[in-house]
Amino acid sequence: MVYKRVIPVLLLRGTGFVKTSHFKNPVYLGDCFNTVRLFNEKEADELMILDITATPENKPINFDLLSQLASECFMPLSYGGGIRNIDDMRRLFRAGFEKVSLNTEVVKNPRIISDAAREFGEQSIVVSIDVKRKLFGGHEVYVNSGRQATGMDPVTAARRAVESGAGEILLNSIDRDGTMEGYDVELIHKVADAVPVPLVACGGAGSLSHFHDAIHKGGASAVAAGSFFVFKGKHRAVLITYPSQKEIREGIY
Amino acid sequence: MIVVIDYGMGNVGSIMNMLKKIGAQAVLSRHPDDIAQAERLILPGVGSFDTGMRNLRELGIQYVLNRRVVEDGIPILGICLGMQLFTKKSEEGRELGFGWLDAETLRFSFDQGTEKLKLPHMGWNDVQLCQPASCFPLQQQERRFYFVHSYYIRCNAPDDILMRTSYGIDFTSSFCHKNILGVQFHPEKSHRFGIEFFEAFLAWTPGRKG
Repeated sequence: MVYKRVIPVLLLRGTGFVKTSHFKNPVYLGDCFNTVRLFNEKEADELMILDITATPENKPINFDLLSQLASECFMPLSYGGGIRNIDDMRRLFRAGFEKVSLNTEVVKNPRIISDAAREFGEQSIVVSIDVKRKLFGGHEVYVNSGRQATGMDPVTAARRAVESGAGEILLNSIDRDGTMEGYDVELIHKVADAVPVPLVACGGAGSLSHFHDAIHKGGASAVAAGSFFVFKGKHRAVLITYPSQKEIREGIY
Repeated sequence: MIVVIDYGMGNVGSIMNMLKKIGAQAVLSRHPDDIAQAERLILPGVGSFDTGMRNLRELGIQYVLNRRVVEDGIPILGICLGMQLFTKKSEEGRELGFGWLDAETLRFSFDQGTEKLKLPHMGWNDVQLCQPASCFPLQQQERRFYFVHSYYIRCNAPDDILMRTSYGIDFTSSFCHKNILGVQFHPEKSHRFGIEFFEAFLAWTPGRKG
């Protein structure tokens, strides 16, 4: 059977990982090597590492750090944050990442998606779409780590990304980020239904049943989360966890 | 010496990481001289069929590769696109493949099915071992590997099929033909299942089955 991927999303800030709420208030989780090693030992299906300060602070990609992290991981790896050109991507693939995640570029420069897809294959290109609910209904796409509204609706953005050559869509709900209250299933359903490529749902997961809903009610091909894998209990103590294959099978299928 | 062929197609970094992890001596190279001296070869690959064949030709390694595999019979492992290049041809392009076994590369097509599956087939999937093989002596029951592909291969000789996997249809996820081993999945990205697979490939002496 094809398993639905369960993916920890790790937010990089400097050389440590953090977790945000509504894309704000980053809480420090610890040294990134330790975290990555733990997920490798627990045999996580895949990891996504997103540098949340690279674009807003106009910082270069920390290739040395990323390539050391990749050498600890024997699972699929994707990276996003501050990717500016094909050469950046080539260096990431060489380091051992097999997917790159582009976000702001969708709006500013859809051409980079098509160039990248032609060069590396569509399966290597993830387009990450950050979405907020509008006050009077509907959804709107944000860029630049959730700081800038675009006026675009997520279905249009996702379709445009796929037409340009995206092989996967990472759909983030800014409203649900860090809440652990469940995914925005309506949003997931709308976007998953509109595109032929796999959709990874992200934002709001707090339990295995949330994964179940995103997959079965939303139509997501994979589920991603942050808090679920790094916080424990109501006081949100930092603890790295990953469900066993048995728990995943019983909980989400 | 193991040579991982660097022909500009895909994430060679993760294969080198894996070989280092299991303590194998490997070099990454695109020089015909290295390939001429290799004891074992790995042809990785992510990208399109035609670009893959063209790169091999332009780098001047297509000929030496063919000689080492066909005449010298050294063990070679093809991963994903690397494996597809071993077949005769692909629906993805016009270039001819190496044609080392009686097989073709086809595109998944789910248009007629009731369930329209997403492409690429991306994620972890089970493999079913079709026959005991010296190149894949797995003891454990559970075998999962990570897949990313929109094309698959069809082997016309049933004896070549080593593993099968199901995604809409049942397809060959691994074959073994003489000294030539191919996998559609990414063992370098498949945790302990992949570690075990690479260890088996490095220990493999072709020429016998079972």
